Amino acid sequence: MRAPESDLPLVLDGVSLKAGATTLLRDISLTIAPGVPCLIVGPNGSGKTSLLRLCMGLTAPTGGRITWGGRTDPAPTRRAFVFQRPVMLRRAASGNVTYALAQAGTPRWQRAPRAKALLQRVGLADLAHRPARLLSGGEQQRLALARALARDPEILLLDEPTANLDPAATRAVEEIVMSAAQSGIKIVMASHDLGQVRRLVGEVIFLARGTLCERAATNDFLDHPSTAEARAFLRGDLVV
Amino acid sequence: MPDHLSALQLILAGDPALFAIVRLSLGVSIAAVALAAAVGMPMGALLALTHFPGRPVLVVLLNAMMGLPPVVVGLALYLLLSRSGPLGTFGILFTPAAMVVAQTVLIFPIIAALTRQTIEDLWAEYRDELNAMHVGPIGRMTTLLWDARFSLITALLAGFGRAAAEVGAVMIVGGNIDGFTRTMTTTVALETSKGNLPLAMGLGAILIVLVLAINAAAWGTRIWSQRLTG
Repeated sequence: MRAPESDLPLVLDGVSLKAGATTLLRDISLTIAPGVPCLIVGPNGSGKTSLLRLCMGLTAPTGGRITWGGRTDPAPTRRAFVFQRPVMLRRAASGNVTYALAQAGTPRWQRAPRAKALLQRVGLADLAHRPARLLSGGEQQRLALARALARDPEILLLDEPTANLDPAATRAVEEIVMSAAQSGIKIVMASHDLGQVRRLVGEVIFLARGTLCERAATNDFLDHPSTAEARAFLRGDLVV
Repeated sequence: MPDHLSALQLILAGDPALFAIVRLSLGVSIAAVALAAAVGMPMGALLALTHFPGRPVLVVLLNAMMGLPPVVVGLALYLLLSRSGPLGTFGILFTPAAMVVAQTVLIFPIIAALTRQTIEDLWAEYRDELNAMHVGPIGRMTTLLWDARFSLITALLAGFGRAAAEVGAVMIVGGNIDGFTRTMTTTVALETSKGNLPLAMGLGAILIVLVLAINAAAWGTRIWSQRLTG
């Protein structure tokens, strides 16, 4: 197998995104390189999801340029995405993972053992044969993580994966994300939960109203925010 | 003897002529459903997933064709298949094969149009996830058809119901030949006009029971599958 080209660094150069007359993201320049988890933080509607979709290549920017490892339009073979509400295929849990493995080009004979290992990694080994759509919200999100990890990604993009989960399920998801980070996968994750930002130490990219306001190490951001928007957000004010 | 009693007797006695007619009807309609599905499902899915100029016209046309009058389909095929017609060399006019062709033409739009709607709805749900997994066009089509499998049963049933119940097309291209191309519906029409009501009523009852049984089975499959796949 040939060595896959790297998608990192992921570079956004003066990127903007408009939908009709609405500006979703304004002139964002940003380099995402290998390293600590990168948390995209900001109030609802600040453009976190739009930014992640651009990074995945699901949406094309209306202005500026995005490159992955220097290439402008590489197939997303080294990237994976976990949605806030993942869509479960109408198959068993293991079927969802083998499907992702097949799409990632895993040879047929390796799929079953790798699916088993992935389900074990996310703690769903006992539910392998359960129809995916009958799993609980937390289990579905873990299955979505297994599906994403099946792509053997270099960058894992997550869009508020714990937004609808209870604390126990949130912890399970965070543990998987942290172990993925430790195994060398670059985590780029949207969150508006400050507790979560504190737990997943790394760096913070703070968005407000579609603008990149601030980028700093997690602790610096939480203790000494440098912009008025970030201070207001951290105080718990509504940033409109 | 009252007509409905002798109708019952015909059924209970297992009248061989009657059951030959039932077998032929079912065979023709099932073959037509299979053919129409083999072509209509991929085409419906393709139409759901592609965008090209004139697509809305095609969608409206396909939806409109769900209501094609069977006698018109029969007449058109009669002209095509008759000895002097462009497809006359096949020599299938007044055979069960011609009846299968007629019913296939009749139900293809139903299966294709319902498949298009189903696949388009499911695609709206799956689009982001499949794009993130970098699934290609063929993969999309097969994935969506497979994941919509239980909803598509309804499309097959709608096609089967239409095929089993129509009389105009099979009458024209089949010719209603006794023991060869006589189906339940053509027999009911013929026997009623002849005044032989017991046979007509017996066949009518069987037709209704069959359609009910098949729909009940499909409904059961749907419930069972929902419990199984959520």
